[in-house]
Amino acid sequence: MGEILVLVDHAGGRIRKPALELLTLARRLGTPAAVVLGAGESAAAIAATAGEYGAAKVYVADASEFADYLVVPKVDALAQIAQAASPAAVLVTSTGEGKEVAARLALRMGSGLITDAVDVAPGDAGPVAAQSVFAASYTVTSTVTRGIPVITVKPNATGSEAAPAAGQVEQVTVAFSEAAAGTRVVSRTPRASSGRPELTDAEIVVSGGRGVAGPGGFSVVEELADALDAAVGASRAAVDAGWYPHTNQVGQTGKQVSPQLYIANGISGAIQHRAGMQTSKTIVAVNKDPEAPIFDLVDYGLVGDLFEVLPQLTAEVKARKA
Amino acid sequence: MTLRIVVCVKYVPVATGDRRFADDKTTDRESVDGLLSELDEYAVEQALRIAEASGDAAVTALTVAPDDAQDALRKALSMGVDQAVHVNDDDIHGTDAIGTSLILAKAIEQTGFDLVVCGMASTDGTMGVLPALLAERLGVPQATLLSEIAIEGDTVTGRRDGDAATEQLRAVLPAVVSVTDRSGEPRYPTFKGIMAAKKKKMRSLDLDDLGLDAAEVGLSGAWTKVEAVATRPPRTVGTIVKDEGEGGRQLATFLAEQKFV
Ligand SMILES: Cc1cc2nc3c(=O)[nH]c(=O)nc-3n(C[C@H](O)[C@H](O)[C@H](O)COP(=O)(O)OP(=O)(O)OC[C@H]3O[C@@H](n4cnc5c(N)ncnc54)[C@H](O)[C@@H]3O)c2cc1C
Ligand SMILES: Nc1ncnc2c1ncn2[C@@H]1O[C@H](COP(=O)(O)O)[C@@H](O)[C@H]1O
Repeated sequence: MGEILVLVDHAGGRIRKPALELLTLARRLGTPAAVVLGAGESAAAIAATAGEYGAAKVYVADASEFADYLVVPKVDALAQIAQAASPAAVLVTSTGEGKEVAARLALRMGSGLITDAVDVAPGDAGPVAAQSVFAASYTVTSTVTRGIPVITVKPNATGSEAAPAAGQVEQVTVAFSEAAAGTRVVSRTPRASSGRPELTDAEIVVSGGRGVAGPGGFSVVEELADALDAAVGASRAAVDAGWYPHTNQVGQTGKQVSPQLYIANGISGAIQHRAGMQTSKTIVAVNKDPEAPIFDLVDYGLVGDLFEVLPQLTAEVKARKA
Repeated sequence: MTLRIVVCVKYVPVATGDRRFADDKTTDRESVDGLLSELDEYAVEQALRIAEASGDAAVTALTVAPDDAQDALRKALSMGVDQAVHVNDDDIHGTDAIGTSLILAKAIEQTGFDLVVCGMASTDGTMGVLPALLAERLGVPQATLLSEIAIEGDTVTGRRDGDAATEQLRAVLPAVVSVTDRSGEPRYPTFKGIMAAKKKKMRSLDLDDLGLDAAEVGLSGAWTKVEAVATRPPRTVGTIVKDEGEGGRQLATFLAEQKFV
């Protein structure tokens, strides 16, 4: 079976959960080979984790270019590694940056590109990718018909399971292109951790919308989230109003989440919001308007005032857990 | 020197409409109403603000799409864009993202550019890759997914809110940028703008004009193939309960039954 190159997403010296999912998924398609770029001193630890999750080989490249310039250094590295390794496919996490890296790589290699896969399965003529489109109202399956398939996969598309492999590290020295230094990253401010689970990783997401009626209103949402060990999401209306950070926005121009349980509070359920949460397994909504479109999606809908319902629910959850 | 700005805009099916696929598994662009992608209005807005700040700029709106897309260009013109280019050819039907980037890049080169402004993603395909592909093809820097953007002299700077960090970017023109829906609310066309738009130049180009061969684009030229499309099974109708004072506790019971508590 061919090598499946997996670009390993990492931040703050740690491998991110979607990378473990990609390695798990890559095992279905061939022999996973991880690519760890610009991880500095953390590279060894990240490579070891990649090995635990099935990477037979780990290509490691380090250079200041990866942090100093946008996107292109990573494309240069992947293109060089792919040229030498002739992989059967390249998998990248579907983030804003991941998609840009994948796109430029595909173009350079003369390869077809599929983005935002929610599943990838082996097929007779290479990987078959499933995508969820038009705000999750359709599922589309596609294949790449030319070159080495380059596929970006959404976080949470699959679970992650350890399956120890050799994890043999191969150091790579990248010859950067002239274009690599095109866009300078002048400064970088890592996102402060809220202490709560990551929105895209979380099993449970509790969201608030315009109905929370102010920044203070989010406290009832956060208290429920904490009682359930959940991540906190927000609608664009709540984010635009400045009540909650944009990093927590769920929807078309925010994060797309697919948790086991999604609880929407004071959110009407506009198509652009649905685009970010419609694939959640169980959906619950609390809204005082019985006509709110969000109720078309729910497994359980509660018509009521969130300021009455949520504190009662939180107290009851805590009591049951105690 | 006049700052030449090209803003790439896409004509997309209305999100609240009944979006679907045609028999050949391409997006149905005929039986569903379309409009200028809302996310590309942000690109038009930033192109216009940059033009206004520069004092000497020419903004061209560019689209690759069938006939109806004139509407999208018309809207961009009525917002204040100076001229429009419409690449329209039956052979383009079914082109994938990589092919679209080829057509756009040719048209941009032919128009001449110092700055290309794109939206963050199209609202139908939602790939968010065209700006990066254009930068690769045009051989210029990409400063993408910007929520704040400024041009000073020949330098573009901006803020990119990434997944794990916020970055401050800097690149030298010519460059390709893309802007998010947090970059600043797009203006509405004024009556004066709508009237003025009627007199503005809209150029139509086909593949020949761009020196492209039909085999390089279209369904048959695509490097990906849609194997199947299926509607997602509708969600089963759930329980709707009205809160009579015990709603929170009832919901807790539901969550416990579902093993979430
Ligand atoms: C291009 C584009 C991209 C977009 N991207 C996104 C996106 O990524 N994410 C997103 O969310 N939106 C997005 N939107 C915006 C979207 O169209 C909606 O405007 C937005 O989702 C509305 O947010 P909301 O549901 O919080 O507010 P509203 O629609 O105002 O709904 C508020 C709800 O709260 C209920 N409510 C009020 N008070 C209470 C109370 N005390 N108790 C219970 N219920 C109460 C009301 O009945 C109402 O249903 C996008 C729009 C466009 C055009
Ligand atoms: N057919 C097209 N014509 C003009 N611009 C486009 C077209 N497709 C995409 N774009 C531009 O590229 C951006 C990203 O699109 P996408 O990569 O398709 O999500 C859009 O916001 C537009 O600015």
